[in-house]
Amino acid sequence: MAGSRRAKAWRSAANPIIAIVLLMFVWEGAVRLFKIPGYLLPPPSEVLAQIGDHARILANHAGATLTVIVSGFFLSALIGIPLALAISFWPFFNRTIYPIIVFSQLIPKVAIAPLFVIWFGFGFLPKLLIAFLISFFPIVIQSIVGFTSIRPEPIRVALSMGAGPVTLFFKVRLPHALPNIFAGLKMAMASASIGAIVGEFIASQQGLGYLILVANGEMNTPLAFAGMLLLCFTGVALYFLVETAERLATGWHVSRRVGAAT
Amino acid sequence: MALAGGNALVPEKVREPEIKIEAISKVYPANDGDIVALRNVSIDVGHGEFLSVLGPSGCGKSTLMLLVSGLEHASSGRIEINGQIVDRPFTDVGIVFQDHALYDWRTVLDNIMLQAEVRKLSRHEIREKAHKLLARTGLAQFENKYPHELSGGMKQRAAICRALVHEPPFLFFDEPFGALDALTREQIRIDLEKLWLERRPTVLFITHSISEAVALSDRIIVMTPRPGRIDHIIDVDLPRPRDKAVMASEAFSDYCESIIERFMEQGVIQY
Repeated sequence: MAGSRRAKAWRSAANPIIAIVLLMFVWEGAVRLFKIPGYLLPPPSEVLAQIGDHARILANHAGATLTVIVSGFFLSALIGIPLALAISFWPFFNRTIYPIIVFSQLIPKVAIAPLFVIWFGFGFLPKLLIAFLISFFPIVIQSIVGFTSIRPEPIRVALSMGAGPVTLFFKVRLPHALPNIFAGLKMAMASASIGAIVGEFIASQQGLGYLILVANGEMNTPLAFAGMLLLCFTGVALYFLVETAERLATGWHVSRRVGAAT
Repeated sequence: MALAGGNALVPEKVREPEIKIEAISKVYPANDGDIVALRNVSIDVGHGEFLSVLGPSGCGKSTLMLLVSGLEHASSGRIEINGQIVDRPFTDVGIVFQDHALYDWRTVLDNIMLQAEVRKLSRHEIREKAHKLLARTGLAQFENKYPHELSGGMKQRAAICRALVHEPPFLFFDEPFGALDALTREQIRIDLEKLWLERRPTVLFITHSISEAVALSDRIIVMTPRPGRIDHIIDVDLPRPRDKAVMASEAFSDYCESIIERFMEQGVIQY
C-alpha cells in the first residue's frame, strides 16, 4: 500500500519535469526552425553550453544570491512572527506598529533601494534589507490571522486544565496558527527571491541578478538566460524546502487531506 | 458521601453543598442596550449530585457554566466550590463543550494525554487510563487517528474521555450532545450514565433537552428565557440506572410533562 503511494508520488513529481523537458525540445525546435537569432532567443543547447563553460563563475554568483535569499527569509521569519504575536495580543502594538508596517509596504522597494545604497553602500547589507522588507509582510499578516482565528473553546479547555499563558501558547495557539504561518512563509520565500534580485540589480556587484544585468548590457543573451535558468531552479528548490517543512509540521491540516487541491 | 456503585438507589440528600452559586448575575454591555444573560441566580449543588440546568436558547445556561468554571467573571454575586471562591479558571474538573474542542493537530490519544501534560500527572498512569476509557467507549481502534477521521459522535466520546481520564471530582457539560444525531445521542447518554455511576463525580449538565435532563439528573433547574432566572427546581426521584423500563415508565413521562407545562406557561412552547 505504502509502496504504491510512494510510486504515485514519484510519478506526480515526474510530471512537471517531463513537461519542462518537452518544453525545452519545443523551444530548441522552434529556434532552429524559424532561425531565431541568438541574441533574441537562444536555444536551450546554447544556454546549457554557457552554463557548462562558465560553471564556476555562475556557481559563485548563485551562491551569493542563495545567501541573500535565505538570510532575508530567516530574518523575516525571526522578526515577522514575534511581531505578529505582539500585534495579535497587545492592543498597543496593534494601534502603533501595525499601521507603520502597512505604510512601509506601500513604498516600492525598487524606489528605496538606491537610498539604501547611499546609506549602506554596495554589498550584502542593502540586498538583505530589501529581501527582508519585501518578504516579512506576508509572514506578519498570515501569522496574525493564524493567532487570532482560534475559537474560544480550545482555549477554555486548556485553561480549565490549569494552563498558563506560555503553555497555552506552545500547546494551543502556535499549533493552531502553523498552517497560516506556513502560508506566509511560502509567500515570503518567493518574495525574498525577488527582493534579492532587485537588490542585486541596484546595490551589488555579485549575484545572479547582477550577472543577468551585465549579460543583458553586453547583449550576451545566452548568459542572461543561463542566469535566469539558475535563478528559477534556486527559487523552486528553496520553495520546495519550505513546502516539505510545511508538510511535516502540518500534515494533519484540512488543507492537506486526500482530495484537497495540493 | 456518595454511594459506591449505583444499583437502583437514589443518592442521599447531602449536608454541605459543594458548589454554591449565590445571587449570580451576568450582564454583557452592548451599544444598543446591555444584554442581561443571568439575573440573580442562586443554586446549591451537593456532593455527587447530577444537576441539570434546562432551558431554551439564550436563557444564560451556557453562561452559567462558564461562570461556575471560572472561565468568565460574574457581574455580581459569588460562586464557591468546596468553600473556595471561584475567580479564575477552576481546574479540579473535566469539561465537555458542545463542539468537541479536540485539537486537530493531535491524535485522539494525544488529545487525552494533554491532561497529563498540562496537569503534570504521571504519563504512564494517564495513558493506561486513557486506553481503558477509549476501549470502553468503543474508540480503541481510533487511538492514533486524528479528530477529522472520526464521526461527530466519536469525537464527542473522545472529548468525554479527555474529561474523565484524570478522574476529577467535578464534571461540567455544556450541551454536549447538541450537535449529535438522535440515535447517537441516546447511546452516548446511556454510556455517560454508566461511566458516571462508577465514581459519581459532582456534575453540572447544561441542556435544552427535557428527556435528557430527566434521564440523567438527580435534580433539574428549569430556567426562564432571557434574562435567565430560575423558574422551577425539580427533584427527579427515579431509580438508577435509568434503563429502558425506567425510560418507558409513567413516572418518567410525568416528569417530562410537568416540565413541558412550565415551558408552556413561560411561552417557550406554544401549541
